[in-house]
This record gives sequence, C-alpha cells and structure tokens, in this order.
Amino acid sequence: MSQIHVTTKINGDTTEYLCDPEETLLDVLRDRLGLTGAKEGCGTGDCGACSVTVDGRLVCSCLMLGAEADGSEITTIEGMAEGEKLHPLQQKFLEHAALQCGICTPGILVAAKSLLEKNPSPTEEEARYWLAGNLCRCTGYDKIIRAVMDAAEEMRRAS
Amino acid sequence: MIYEVPETVDSAVALLSGATGSARILAGGTDLLVQMKSGVVEPDLVVDIKRIDGMKSITQEDGGWRIGAAVSGAEMGEHEALCGAWPGVVEAMELIGSTQVQGRATLAGNLCNASPAADSVPAMVAAGALVRVAGPDGVRDIPAEDIPVSPGKTSLAKGEFVTSVFLPARPAKSGDAYLRFIPRTEMDIAVVGVGVSLTLDEAGTCTAARVGLGAVAATVLLVEDAAAALIGTKVDDAALDKLAAAASAACKPIDDKRGTIAFRTHVAGVLAKRAAKIALTRAQS
Repeated sequence: MSQIHVTTKINGDTTEYLCDPEETLLDVLRDRLGLTGAKEGCGTGDCGACSVTVDGRLVCSCLMLGAEADGSEITTIEGMAEGEKLHPLQQKFLEHAALQCGICTPGILVAAKSLLEKNPSPTEEEARYWLAGNLCRCTGYDKIIRAVMDAAEEMRRAS
Repeated sequence: MIYEVPETVDSAVALLSGATGSARILAGGTDLLVQMKSGVVEPDLVVDIKRIDGMKSITQEDGGWRIGAAVSGAEMGEHEALCGAWPGVVEAMELIGSTQVQGRATLAGNLCNASPAADSVPAMVAAGALVRVAGPDGVRDIPAEDIPVSPGKTSLAKGEFVTSVFLPARPAKSGDAYLRFIPRTEMDIAVVGVGVSLTLDEAGTCTAARVGLGAVAATVLLVEDAAAALIGTKVDDAALDKLAAAASAACKPIDDKRGTIAFRTHVAGVLAKRAAKIALTRAQS
C-alpha cells in the first residue's frame, strides 16, 4: 500500500507528512506529528474531544482522513497559547476550574474559540448549543459555560 | 484501500465504474468514516469528490437553487439567500449532529446514507428536490424520494454518484418547514420527522403542497393524501385535522427503543400540523 504525501499548514507552520489512505487526521496529528492535544474519545464524531479547525471550520478530526487535509490550514489546541501566554479562554478555564480529568478540554477550548470568532457575544443558550457536540463527563458543563461566557466578555472588552 | 481525488465528474465516474471491489464516495465523511471505523464497510476505493468543480458551490439556476454534493450544513446555514428561499430545507439540514458535524455533513450525503430517519430528506421531498446523478450513461435528474430504496440502500447503479441537489423555483407566497420529534433538544436521531412545503394564491388559498414523512417507514414517504388535505383550503383547522389524519394514516413505522408504532403514528399527525402552520406563516410573510 502506497502512502499519500500531504502538504498542510498546521498552526501557521507548513507541515508535510506521509499517511496511509484510511488514516484519520486525528491519527496523523497524534501518531505522526506528535500533536497529542486532540484526544480520541469516541472515534465516531460523537464526543468532540478531537476538535480542530480546517480552513476555519470546526470539525472532528476523527471524521476526516489525513489525506483530505492536503492544501488546507489546520489549527489545533497546540496553536492556542502564544508561547507562555495563555489564550483568555484557557485562562478562564483555570480560574473557573472548568476542567477535571481534562480529556474533553482541548476540544472544548478549540470549539469555544471557534464560537467566539464567529459570534463574540453569544448568549448562554447559543454557547450551550454550539458546544453540544463536546461531551464532558466530569464537570456538569456549568463551569465550562461560565468560563466561556467570562472569556467572551473579557475578549470583547479587550478588543 | 485506495484514496482518489478526481477533478472532474467524468474521472470520478470512470473510477467508480472501473472499481473491482467496493467503492464509496467521500464528501463530508460523517457517515462513511463512522462506518469504516466500525467495520460496517471496508471500501477498496474511496473517491473524494470535493475537488470537482461545483461540488462546493450554492448557485441560483432558473430561479431555483443548486447545492453541490459537498456543500456542508454550515455553509447552507450561512447562505442568506438560500435560507430565505428554502428555510425548511436549511433548518432540517442544520438539525443534523453537532457544530463539528455541521462543518462537514452534506445534504447529498444525508440522502445517500439512506437512513429512514435522515432529517434533511423529508424536507427535500417536501421541496420537490431534484437530485442530479452522474454515471456511465451521462447525467439524469431524479426526485429525492426515488434515491433511498430501503434502509442503507439507494437506487444508484454502479458508477453513479450524486453531484448536486436542486431546489426548484417556486411562486411568491410559498413557505416550507421541517419539524422532528426527539426526546431531548439537540444531537439525536428523529423519532418522527415531517417536512411541509406549500404555496398560497393572492386570496390565501393553498394551491400546491407537498408533505414528506421520515422515520415512520423503511424509507421517506411522500404523502399525497396529506398534501391534498391542504390544497384548495385556507389551511384552517379543519384542513389541518385532515392533514394530521392523512399523515398518521400513511405511517408504517416499527417499534423500537426510540418510539412505539402508536406513538410515532400519533406524533406524525401532530408534527404535520405544526410544520404546516409554520410553512403557512412563512408563505404569508
């Protein structure tokens, strides 16, 4: 079986890799590129732990082939902080204790960032619907939503 | 498995026609990758159609709208003119899955996955959607309701694939709507789904209607008796009662963990009424 050569931009850096045709983007990120922030929760698009953006669009990286990413721009949780400086969402997740085991957290942060880029002033209901595809079995979601709403407010003030 | 990315419809058809083993189309992949992961399908060939011209575009044509086979639900929801023209089809598509799934899932894929509970399909059937199919013998346009033939099976022959879905032009004073029942508010599979599209004349009398029912039979149902209950009326309470009775009468559901036969049959009537009222309001505005 011949491997497929893919050229992408990941978190701003041009990245090339070889992958098997049936390999998911999630497997490529984790196993070939060492970007282990995206998690495999279910592998079937139900839990959102593998969320990344592809050409600005929020997707489950487990529901996409690595080969499909040729020519596209991907952002992952690894691209969220600027060096040591946390993104406001990351900071607010810490302040609100919006995580316990942490498996869902990278996906929720990526999804929440995508929400705030599209809608800087979401209502709580809009935030809950947007994040409905990100499952968390620890927090009961309230702290996550509080952190997202607080970060949104801070980001609005800063802009 | 071989992964191919053709750039023309003809080369995609040639790849699919020449496949010796099982072949699958990849657009959004939100069904295909789940099936591959679970081992339900192990394709020898996957043909990614996203680089073919027109697959990612929404274009106006003869007063209607042509939606490429790889257009995502999110792209449909962001298209203001399409949302204005066919709000029921767009709202049905947007009910499918999460934000992440919306980023990839497609109207054509929802149809070709041939699930009896597919949300967008009753809305497409109500809209009178025509599906463009390319194959070894050229291109043909067929009604959406003729694509699924049984759960998981379509009428497409070897070498054929859907290139776009066309929502035809309709007169002013038309409206459509889709409603489904699920036991929670989001991220679930329809227990019953109903799409209604109708047109009024200047006096407010219904001159045309189509009703599609999902999740109450092995395939989507186009219910002509339900449409007939509306045509010629002002869509008043008496007409809505007849519509509900006709929708319930058409149901041939199964009992399963998501709903009983009696429940699905009753709810089909209730939702048909409610969807018709929304379609009516949209037609009047």
